[in-house]
Amino acid sequence: MASHYEAPIRKPLVLGDKGYHDVSVDIARPVEGKANKQWWIVFSIALVAFLWGLGCIIYTVSTGIGVWGLNKTVNWAWDITNFVWWVGIGHAGTLISAVLLLFRQKWRMAINRSAEAMTIFSVIQAGLFPIIHMGRPWLAYWVLPIPNQFGSLWVNFNSPLLWDVFAISTYLSVSLVFWWTGLLPDFAMIRDRAVKPFQKKIYSLLSFGWTGRAKDWQRFEEVSLVLAGLATPLVLSVHTIVSFDFATSVIPGWHTTIFPPYFVAGAIFSGFAMVNTLLIIMRKVCSLEDYITVQHIELMNIVIMITGSIVGCAYITELFVAWYSGVEYEQYAFLNRATGPYWWAYWAMMTCNVFSPQFMWFKKLRTSIMFSFFISIVVNIGMWFERFVIIVTSLHRDYLPSSWTMFSPTFVDIGIFIGTIGFFFVLFLLYSRTFPVIAQAEVKSILKSSGERYKKLRDAGKPLYQMPSRGNEVIGETITDDVLMGEVVPTVGDKVGVNELLGSIGTFDPTKETADDLKKIKGVGPEMERVLNEIGIYTFAQVGRMTSREYDLLDSITGKFPGRAQRDDWAGQAKLLNDKKQ
Amino acid sequence: MYTFSNRLKITSYILMAVGAICLITGFLSAPSTVEEAKAIVASHDDGHGGGHGAEVGHGDSHTGDDTHGDEAVGHSASHDEHVLHQLQNRPWSALYVAAFFFFMISLGVLAFYAIQRAAQAGWSPLLFRVMEGITSYIVPGGIIVFVILVLSVLHMNHMFTWMDAEVVAHDELLQGKQGYLNPTFFLIRAAIFLGGWIAYRQYSRKLSLEQDKADDNSKFKLNFRISAAFLVFYLISESMMSWDWIMSLDPHWFSTLFGWYVFASMFVSGITVIALVTIYLKSKGLLPEVNNSHIHDLAKFMFGISIFWTYLWFSQFMLIWYANIPEEVTYFVTRIEDYKIPFFGMLVLNFIFPLLVLMNSDFKRVNWFVVMAGIIILFGHYMDVFNMVMPATVGDQWYLGVPEIGGILFFAGLFIFWVFNALTKEDLTPKRNPFIEESKHFHY
Repeated sequence: MASHYEAPIRKPLVLGDKGYHDVSVDIARPVEGKANKQWWIVFSIALVAFLWGLGCIIYTVSTGIGVWGLNKTVNWAWDITNFVWWVGIGHAGTLISAVLLLFRQKWRMAINRSAEAMTIFSVIQAGLFPIIHMGRPWLAYWVLPIPNQFGSLWVNFNSPLLWDVFAISTYLSVSLVFWWTGLLPDFAMIRDRAVKPFQKKIYSLLSFGWTGRAKDWQRFEEVSLVLAGLATPLVLSVHTIVSFDFATSVIPGWHTTIFPPYFVAGAIFSGFAMVNTLLIIMRKVCSLEDYITVQHIELMNIVIMITGSIVGCAYITELFVAWYSGVEYEQYAFLNRATGPYWWAYWAMMTCNVFSPQFMWFKKLRTSIMFSFFISIVVNIGMWFERFVIIVTSLHRDYLPSSWTMFSPTFVDIGIFIGTIGFFFVLFLLYSRTFPVIAQAEVKSILKSSGERYKKLRDAGKPLYQMPSRGNEVIGETITDDVLMGEVVPTVGDKVGVNELLGSIGTFDPTKETADDLKKIKGVGPEMERVLNEIGIYTFAQVGRMTSREYDLLDSITGKFPGRAQRDDWAGQAKLLNDKKQ
Repeated sequence: MYTFSNRLKITSYILMAVGAICLITGFLSAPSTVEEAKAIVASHDDGHGGGHGAEVGHGDSHTGDDTHGDEAVGHSASHDEHVLHQLQNRPWSALYVAAFFFFMISLGVLAFYAIQRAAQAGWSPLLFRVMEGITSYIVPGGIIVFVILVLSVLHMNHMFTWMDAEVVAHDELLQGKQGYLNPTFFLIRAAIFLGGWIAYRQYSRKLSLEQDKADDNSKFKLNFRISAAFLVFYLISESMMSWDWIMSLDPHWFSTLFGWYVFASMFVSGITVIALVTIYLKSKGLLPEVNNSHIHDLAKFMFGISIFWTYLWFSQFMLIWYANIPEEVTYFVTRIEDYKIPFFGMLVLNFIFPLLVLMNSDFKRVNWFVVMAGIIILFGHYMDVFNMVMPATVGDQWYLGVPEIGGILFFAGLFIFWVFNALTKEDLTPKRNPFIEESKHFHY
């Protein structure tokens, strides 16, 4: 792990006076407590939507794909749009857990668990669409390269649609393993707190017998890093291959080379928007405001702003190159997007995806919870339209004007889409009641460096941990170790050290000089002033003569806040103060 | 404080002198008549696996040919003239590739530096002075590239065929692009890009130095803000620059990904040079607080961005290859037919080599390993630029000969001289950066 030192200008990531035990209690609370009324209301709505969608799916499968609004020109519409939309949302989870882990971003720890849960739940939604689109979902295993005796034909390895099968199932399995690995110590924490035998049984099964030994932790960190390394190329590969689905189809508007990285950026963009939507609600409902702070939301907004700008840059690149290419089909495809019958979809996409994230340049707006929530919804809508524009707008004007047509969804299209949203929320709500929604073990690992309590203690110059007092404290001269016990170790308050220090910076003579208020030096508090006075340092002139040698000496004598004096440049400050005095 | 050692200084002078001589030789030995050109091609034919055999690719790389192709009589003459132009372009292209490559390094470092500032990274402030030293080259490097572009506009060479009014007059596609691809607008854009990059570099450096003497963090905060703003400008200008300065060498060809592909190349080259300079300075006993964790991080970036570069290379190649649309696939056809070794060799150098060498995390902390990998990566990305420029300007008449090596030596010398001279100007460790302590404590 990285060093525990953190620059003072970094804001705390865990607010409030939180110790290690408080973290356990806060995070176990939603699991151990009872669901409130709001939870039941939202859950019921989601369940109804899910059941409605399920009904539509059953209707589709039993009747045929004809119940959708597809026609022979637009032969791919909501199904693939929804599929790509859900896969895209699934991107933030692995990005937060893997890429931000590799970049050592501590703020990921408050949000990675839920983001990964979101990933898994949304990939499940995404996977539904290709399966029901098959018409006979019980033959779904035909997409796997299995021998012909099983009744299928050997799959077409030239098709990106097949690559999708591999990419998404790999992504789902690695994300699941990654998620579960992180969950082990947290499940174990709930197991250890559980009082009822049933819960204890369940959580001990889920935690795979985690014991918390050093060996467990060592393996845990190792496997996390390896999985992060594996998952990072996966983040790129999944949406790259989804983009290949379109980019390899040689139809104007569909084959530009920027698709792979731009789809990935767009996916991260929509994924973070969905994380924001979910967490802004969850932090309130589960009262986790101290862990998912405004700073976390701000940082997610910044990611949304960056990826939104990258997506915007890609849109404009596509437009420009369509013109630059001089290929009239390509030019028409983009002209038709912006001014054709589906102009509203194009401009909805542009407004939501390129324009709206730019508000996040303003600190006031990106730290406003309500505004962030609003923008996150806007982005979700915009990214749905992006896929709709790429697919439907490109298809509805093909090479044969007699077949030009429009697409209108049927109630089944709409029902299935709403059903997946319901299914997603059903899963997420169940998760929020049974899983530790914050990676408490990881949060604890940054508590000392980034928790508000410990930051305050450090600033005040107090020790981060105090042993409970036992009997009377012994005050007085320090006693060095007995000669018989071995070598003499100079300890705190060692006289030789003090003399050496005073030798080079001069002594204070109370008969001729008056003591200065050393607290005026930034970084010297009342406690430190007392220590300095004890050593015999009373004036700015004395402090002003200190060099790095004296700083080190001071550190070794006081044993407190090493490096502090150097960092704040006490000598420089004292010189200024001394000049002012005269 | 770093002092520019005499040995290094003399090395840089020698590199520049030898490079300049080679470049001048290249210019002097370029043919001025069709007969001379024919003689050169004939004398090279043995060693070049039949330079004439690959004539198919010509029409793709030279725009004039499309319209001349039908006139059977004129073809042979126009072909000879075409070869003459290619051979005349050769020293210019060698100069341009090397000038652009070293300029691109400093621009890549500038982007990396701005990202470190905008992301408020805690590990890297100890390396800020090193990065600022490398970005100082953006001023001379940028000016040299700009001068080459101006000379191209003045028809000193035929690298950019679209600048030739004669060619445009016979080419409908180029006429359609004139709104963008015209000499005046081209130079205005180049001036805006270079002006923006240089302005940010100088201002950020100034703020960075002032922060050391300030007694609050206001300079640091301002630097953070302008770095974020710069990145927006960079995102747009870098893409456009790559269309202008490189993609328009093949004026018929287009690829939306091209800008980001060039970015990946410059980014990984830049990071590699940061690592190399840091390791050199450390070997001189400077930068005492930079530890092997910092080197490890730089090497991780070299590894990661090399893979990212490959990802973009593959995305661009695969989609164009798969679609097989004539006007797009011609780009790769030319490269695979005439440039097989450099084209696929570069892929080995830039992907397979870093992947294997830098995979192991312990190796990323071994200085000589990082240096070795770094030199390979740099050469690989020089070849990348070579492959982007040469097929368009010299066609199948490419060599890695005197002018090419001269270009590398001259600009390497200039780069070393300028960068290490800039490094002597200030203390190598920033003092009052608020994250400097984090960077000193950095251990991973």
